Amino acid sequence: MEANEQMTNVSSATDPFLKPYPDKRLKSRAWNKSLVVMRTTLLLLTVLTVYAFVSFDYKEVDFKEAALGTLTNIKVMFLEPHLKHFTFLQAVHQVFVTLGLAFLTTLFGGLIAVLLGLLAAENLSSRRVSLLIKGLVSFIRAVPTVLWVLIFAVAAGLGSVAAVIGMTFHSVSYLVKAYSESFEELDRGAIEALQASGANWWQIVFQAVIPSSLTYMISWTFLRFEINFAVAVAMGAAAGAGGIGFDMFMASNFYLDIREIGAITYFILILAILLEVFGAGLKKKLKVNG
Amino acid sequence: MRADYFAKKKRNTLSVLLILTVITLVSIFITEYNVVKGITSVPTAVQWALSNFYPTKESLSKLPDILEKLKETLLVSIAASTVGAVFALFFSILGSNTTGVNPLIKSVCRSIATFFRNIDVAAWAMILLFSFGQSSLTGYFALFFGSFGFLTRAFTETIDEASGSSVEALKATGAGYLSVIFQSVIPASLPQMISWVLFVIETNIRSATLIGLLTGSGIGFTFNLYYKNLSYDIASLVVIVIAFTILSIEFVSNYVRRAIL
Amino acid sequence: MAALLEVNHVSKQFGKDTKALKDVHFSVAEGEFVSIIGPSGAGKSTLLRCINRMVDATSGEIIFDNRNVLDLKKKELKTIRTKIGMVFQHYNLVNRLSVIENALHGKLGNKSALAGVLGLYSIDEKEEAMKILNALGLADLIYKRADQLSGGQKQRVGIARALLQNPRMLLCDEPIASLDPGSAKVIMDHLKNISTNWGITILVNLHQVDVALKYSDRIIGINNGQVVYNGSPKNLTKDDIQLIYGSEAEDLIFDVGGIHAS
Repeated sequence: MEANEQMTNVSSATDPFLKPYPDKRLKSRAWNKSLVVMRTTLLLLTVLTVYAFVSFDYKEVDFKEAALGTLTNIKVMFLEPHLKHFTFLQAVHQVFVTLGLAFLTTLFGGLIAVLLGLLAAENLSSRRVSLLIKGLVSFIRAVPTVLWVLIFAVAAGLGSVAAVIGMTFHSVSYLVKAYSESFEELDRGAIEALQASGANWWQIVFQAVIPSSLTYMISWTFLRFEINFAVAVAMGAAAGAGGIGFDMFMASNFYLDIREIGAITYFILILAILLEVFGAGLKKKLKVNG
Repeated sequence: MRADYFAKKKRNTLSVLLILTVITLVSIFITEYNVVKGITSVPTAVQWALSNFYPTKESLSKLPDILEKLKETLLVSIAASTVGAVFALFFSILGSNTTGVNPLIKSVCRSIATFFRNIDVAAWAMILLFSFGQSSLTGYFALFFGSFGFLTRAFTETIDEASGSSVEALKATGAGYLSVIFQSVIPASLPQMISWVLFVIETNIRSATLIGLLTGSGIGFTFNLYYKNLSYDIASLVVIVIAFTILSIEFVSNYVRRAIL
Repeated sequence: MAALLEVNHVSKQFGKDTKALKDVHFSVAEGEFVSIIGPSGAGKSTLLRCINRMVDATSGEIIFDNRNVLDLKKKELKTIRTKIGMVFQHYNLVNRLSVIENALHGKLGNKSALAGVLGLYSIDEKEEAMKILNALGLADLIYKRADQLSGGQKQRVGIARALLQNPRMLLCDEPIASLDPGSAKVIMDHLKNISTNWGITILVNLHQVDVALKYSDRIIGINNGQVVYNGSPKNLTKDDIQLIYGSEAEDLIFDVGGIHAS
């Protein structure tokens, strides 16, 4: 055996127990399903990306000029912001309108999601009901928020009502998933113990399920509030929901005032970061108490 | 003592409820939200949707056109996610606690990512619209910036979670920096990273619809066109096509996740 | 035999006032099997990591193979590290890679950046890896993923990785602390075998006194960052154990005599 000879030549081959490894395949990678799927995914994404760049509708944009133009715009935006078409106080008011939209959406979404989340949790409901609700919820999630808002706008007219209802749809679908997963983590024994003591479904929910999931629920809900703030800005711009997003849309599409967009972006950025910091603090506090 | 405990708990619950009620009332006032209309418009909307918002036979003739736009939107979303991921990989390796080279570069990388993450794609779209007009590049760059910011944070966490201990082991063998990255950090974190990229592709398709509405391109523009013309049958077809696409992608992503994680 | 490793007056300070090591002084001869024992938090891990500079000592000198490790530049440090294998308590494998890929990581220190990035290994290197894995009883698991192994098997992969460096010395940081007694014995037997038959110097951190007594040529006792015992396991007395472990000693003084007798 040739392999045998090679091996005895290897430097530190003084081990008396040493037997040459019989298999002469010298690959070092084990091919398995995981690796094949991973490689295929990466390859597919690369091919699609290259194809995307080839097929893009460039509309004869001079890339270099446009890129430089954007850089100049960004510079002007952030270094020379101003407010021209409305005052500072009006801007603050609009920021609060956006926050209000986000709050109402999160509140309504949360309340509906608690109920649906209980029905969607397999340990608290039947398998069929759970599947039905989960299916419904993933369909709602599959339709972009802006389309929900516009669909409701036909019946309710453009404005805060359509915006809140449309956004609530998405919040519900997001929170049902989060809540039901945290309900499902609840120990079966705890439910059984209460059932054995004669408690009914509502008592179990309020005495065992919700108290033990409460910290999770609060942190998911706050996270959704942060997301809803960003969504509310976007809906203001795209679906006439009002608030700071609408001002941004006006500054950009009607007044073509880059510097005003800059000022508005600062407002939004500061608030987004404040919310993130507040959220992190809330999480810490919940962890300490929980 | 025990009575005290329950009283305190009750007080806490009541005060939280009170605060929430106050904020709700303020919000309703400030946003001029009409509660009655809010409740009554849901059944109205459902009734309207059932009688108007479904595709008819004629609207199917527009399907090829819609699919063409869908393809454009899909490709923009995927390209923005993958290129965003490549940049995010670079920034997260330099910005992570496990693999970062020096504290200054680390914090610079993290700040850049935070900046891009906190500006919404809608804002980016409006800024880019000035120079890139209604070309695919407006949507592409808007999505790219958002994906880059989000993925940098996600990748940084993945690297710190997945590869801390093996990085130490490889450094101890005397392996060079690049060897450590490619033989330990990437193999350990790649599956979770792919999972994040798939998540971002899903999100990007939803955002692309929004950007299309704002900038007049892609599937968002198609929806807006028929919506504003009151051709609700075709608009509903667009909604169905988008929902179907996102659900399919979710299905594929879940399959890939189950196989690799 | 000549000293392979000399640790001279080494101190390590974390932050302003946490002294992990205080004037540590000892040497290890080529081929010796030395155990470092002491209570948790005594500075054992820090000491081991100072030797291959995973942690930088604050003062003193560490002479390995006639060179002061603390003076080395980045590139020279990497070369020295290839000569010192390290084995970890939590194995520190890349969980998603196969056993042989993890073992071959021991070869990365001698590779160019490009070969390291692409993970290119020669046939000789792969054969060497198989031989070592075989010697450690892992022949049937070569293509298994590391996360599918038991703790004892993972630790043997960790040892294989270190051996593939062709090291002159192994640093083992609590190699059996996370293992059941059966697997722990297998690992210690392998280490002893590596020391006697392959002539590789072994420096191992342990917290089990009985294991240290059974396998070592020499024992170094550390308490509160200082060497308080340095000598043959035969001479280790109850008083010495009291000195090393302080108040914890009560639980440990089973029967030193019994072990010496066996």
